[in-house]
Amino acid sequence: MDHAVMMRRRRAVHGWLLLSPALVMLSVFAFYPSVATLWTSAFSRGTRRRPSEFAGLENYARIFDDPTFWTVVQNNLLYAAVTIPVSIIIALAMALWANSRIPARSFVRTAYFTPTVLPMIAAGNLWLFFYTPGFGVLDQIGALFGAPSVNWLGQPETALWAICAVTIWKEAGFFMIFYLAALQTIPPDLKEAAQIEGASRWTYTRRVVLPLLMPTTLFILVNAMINSVKLIDHLFILTKGGPSDASKLILYYIWENAFAFFDAPAAAAMTVLVLCALGALAALQFFVIDRRTHYR
Amino acid sequence: MTLSRRIEAGLALLLAVLWISPLVFAFWAAFHTSTDAVNFNLTAPWTLENFRTAWAGAPWLRYFLNSFLLVTSVLVGQLILTTLAGFAFAQVRFRGRDTLFVLVLLQLFILPEVLIVENYRVAATLGLLDSIPGIGAPYMASAFGIFLMRQAFKSVPKELDEMARVEGCSLLGVLWRVYVPAARPTYLAYALVSVATHWNNFLWPLVVTNSDTTRPLTVGLSIFAAPENGVDISVISAATVITIVPLLVAFLVFQKQFVQAFLRAGIK
Repeated sequence: MDHAVMMRRRRAVHGWLLLSPALVMLSVFAFYPSVATLWTSAFSRGTRRRPSEFAGLENYARIFDDPTFWTVVQNNLLYAAVTIPVSIIIALAMALWANSRIPARSFVRTAYFTPTVLPMIAAGNLWLFFYTPGFGVLDQIGALFGAPSVNWLGQPETALWAICAVTIWKEAGFFMIFYLAALQTIPPDLKEAAQIEGASRWTYTRRVVLPLLMPTTLFILVNAMINSVKLIDHLFILTKGGPSDASKLILYYIWENAFAFFDAPAAAAMTVLVLCALGALAALQFFVIDRRTHYR
Repeated sequence: MTLSRRIEAGLALLLAVLWISPLVFAFWAAFHTSTDAVNFNLTAPWTLENFRTAWAGAPWLRYFLNSFLLVTSVLVGQLILTTLAGFAFAQVRFRGRDTLFVLVLLQLFILPEVLIVENYRVAATLGLLDSIPGIGAPYMASAFGIFLMRQAFKSVPKELDEMARVEGCSLLGVLWRVYVPAARPTYLAYALVSVATHWNNFLWPLVVTNSDTTRPLTVGLSIFAAPENGVDISVISAATVITIVPLLVAFLVFQKQFVQAFLRAGIK
């Protein structure tokens, strides 16, 4: 046999052997479950009397008729619309400050970043104090100014905002370090040149720094979008989605359907919708944002 | 310093104080009785009573052990799987490789958190429910890790590889002697991120465990602090402090490496 052909075959065998452990695990815990979710979402919920049977799109129709589902979708959209821009803007401000010559800079950096290393569950507990009506920190501060007591987590108007605040607190410091790293790659001559031209610091930041940070911003944006689906742990501590679903988010509702209401088909149908949204996000990332870096 | 700079420095500090305050307050409350804590009685005596109550209220040592076992087993699994796969994607040329790579990258978006419903069934079928391998298994073949290792291995100079081969190293020998040592900083970065992620992970561990012998700290804490249990705020603080202190101390000691690790892991 031709030597080159044999080498190529050998390489193929090596390649597949090296990949097989990871591919097996990915198949079992990512690809198969994704397909199985689609499958489950097309069958009715089986009971002891009536076994599960093919239901087509019935489960989807059922969740579309469920007003809670739409509340949850709306909540999640608001959650994304609030947490993504706010945490990105705060992260940017943090990075600009932590990168400039200010007093106590290492304390400032540490303070910004510390929430990132805490579990979301612990974050929920820490914030519980701030929100508890009557004796929580926010109420006590409010009382100093004569404001009435507010049940931040217990009323529909404020619960979701309280949840958003915790998420922003948790992720802004994380995003900050990406900005910080990007800022440190900006050559100092640019700043000198701007100063010679007589540009103010604000102009320099707006015209030079922000455009140079654009790729970082896009990277952070994708991460923040994923987080707006994923970061729900604090709901378990703070509100459990209440009051009357005002702070319920989609992943929490999926969990509730599957493990509290034992309605796996509904949970599966919702999961499929979330996977579609994430798939669209993946397409955006691969084909628009960083095509070049992936296919080097 | 100009006035505007002073104002900015002031704002930066203010934000820092604001950002750290929930943590500071929890620490302070943990060492005071709940009446003193909620009344901001700054001169109140310090006490360890909350820690005693919290410590007696749940099998924390067991939770620590579970979290430790979980984090270690996930890390070991991830290091092995991502090294092999990353190496194949970076240095072994064969047909179908690029398609497979895109398939792997897809998993960056198919979050294990979202697939809890079916992953639960898979874990049940494999007999992994309520076990530490069951918590770790969905995260072992991390697409993110594979991607990271591939990037690291790609930047290894080809000459080193060829030299080792000329000296008679097998493929795995080359991987072990040349590529793994060269990628050491990436390994460190990935390990730190992985440990922090899984120490803090909650939803999947909550779903898959149902006994104290397997529950990690986060799940233990959530059960302990559940409002139904009616524990008071200072005791919850103490429990929270107990669970976050190891990671927090590690973070403060290795702060520089930690931040660099997150950066290296995040920048693609």
